[in-house]
Amino acid sequence: MSSIGTGYDLSASQFSPDGRVFQVEYAMKAVENSGTVIGLKGTDGIVLAAEKLILSKLHEPSTNRRIFNIDRHIGMAFSGLIADARQIVEIARKEAANYRSQYGTNIPLKYLNDRVSMYMHAYTLYSAVRPYGCSVILASYDENEPQMYLIDPSGVSYGFHGCATGKAKQSAKTEIEKLKLGNMTCKDIVKEAAKIIYIVHDELKDKNFELELSWVCKDSNGLHVKVPESVYADAERAAKQAMEADSESDTEDM
Amino acid sequence: MFDPMANAPPLWSNGPTPGSFYNFPGPQTKPNDHFTHSQSPVTTATSIVALAYDKGIMIAGDLLASYGSLARYRNCPRIMEVNDNILLGAGGDYADFQYVKSFIEQKIIDEECLDDGIKLKPKSLYCWLTRVMYQRRNKFDPLWNNLVIGGIQDGTPFLGTVDKLGTAYTDRAICTGYGAHIALPMIRDAIEKKAQPLTQAEARALIEKSLEVLFYRDARSYPKYQLGIIDQDEGVKIEGPLSVSQNWNIATIIKSV
Repeated sequence: MSSIGTGYDLSASQFSPDGRVFQVEYAMKAVENSGTVIGLKGTDGIVLAAEKLILSKLHEPSTNRRIFNIDRHIGMAFSGLIADARQIVEIARKEAANYRSQYGTNIPLKYLNDRVSMYMHAYTLYSAVRPYGCSVILASYDENEPQMYLIDPSGVSYGFHGCATGKAKQSAKTEIEKLKLGNMTCKDIVKEAAKIIYIVHDELKDKNFELELSWVCKDSNGLHVKVPESVYADAERAAKQAMEADSESDTEDM
Repeated sequence: MFDPMANAPPLWSNGPTPGSFYNFPGPQTKPNDHFTHSQSPVTTATSIVALAYDKGIMIAGDLLASYGSLARYRNCPRIMEVNDNILLGAGGDYADFQYVKSFIEQKIIDEECLDDGIKLKPKSLYCWLTRVMYQRRNKFDPLWNNLVIGGIQDGTPFLGTVDKLGTAYTDRAICTGYGAHIALPMIRDAIEKKAQPLTQAEARALIEKSLEVLFYRDARSYPKYQLGIIDQDEGVKIEGPLSVSQNWNIATIIKSV
């Protein structure tokens, strides 16, 4: 890496001569080391899916979740360092609560995204702190309109129809681009999301993973919740079948 | 010989008497770092009537918020559905109740966000509210309310109350404000006369009667009310606005002496 030894990568408050902030780039690397997370926007809501890598067989199932509730109508999925992400979750919840106490309504996702991304950006400005080692996807379904934003460790955020972050974000993005998200409902998207997570999972490098699926959509009455067990089971089954069909056709080719 | 005690001039003449308080001349100063606005309520709601029956609890309160003796606002609900197992009723300052309501609602949202399947229980909310009310009283800035918390915990109906001082107790029947004087004796009488716990229909009749009597006797009451019920089988619901049945025919016969 060109940054090592130059001395410009020790602080988040200093540019390198060619105009980069290395600490922020290292934070992005931390994000790329963690399991893939995707968010897909359909006509009637948003589906979040996460590949939670299981680091030890001794862990209880469904601990260290990768998808959180921020408010009744907002969900957040992250990839990167879990401890960093939990802090982001906490401030996002505080911002949502604070907005409600002041205005008496749910916080619009646009506003929450603004506040959380400014918060993350503030951690790229000072030498005494390090940037957050996580990217987060924020999703809501408010007033019949699905919205989704992805925030990077740099504090940059964009709205998305489909987004991916983490280890296999490139291949996940290619898979997402194949979908016609504009005319799909969440019921269909859940299956596609599960499929994508199964497809991009690298069995050689990471053995075990747990699929996490949540949605915030018309069917969930605008609430962000884990997908119902039956929907989860269907999606996971569809994903596994797709994988098997895929590997069979691979062997036929040979 | 030199005697130091002899012929010594008085140490203190025409001055303050040693050993007693002295008020200095000049303008008197008073402490000005205190406030008085939390020493009385402003817009108030009157009694809450609540009782436990065999399979649940019932809480009723009318819809009036008074400005002193003026019947100022006539559509102020004060029974709150906290979750599907807790009802909260409040009398006293209506703004304070709205504040309590908003922070309980946020507490429930925070809890739902954790998504651990654990729900707030009636006794927990009751206990927590006693702490909140008592702490505010110790800050000399009380929340001017009588709160009644009801629900079902471990299969048993639960009713508890806490006032603005943090005084709290649980009972099968709880009435606050004027109701504690007028309705509670009637309700206790009815409960004690029956060996078994009341049924839902009996409880409802008793509450309706209590609100009727309260409407005749309590000048801050109103004939439109809400009735919150938590039932083991039927779940939680808040009915209303309901009307108090009233009959003033007898009023013309009564002559004050």
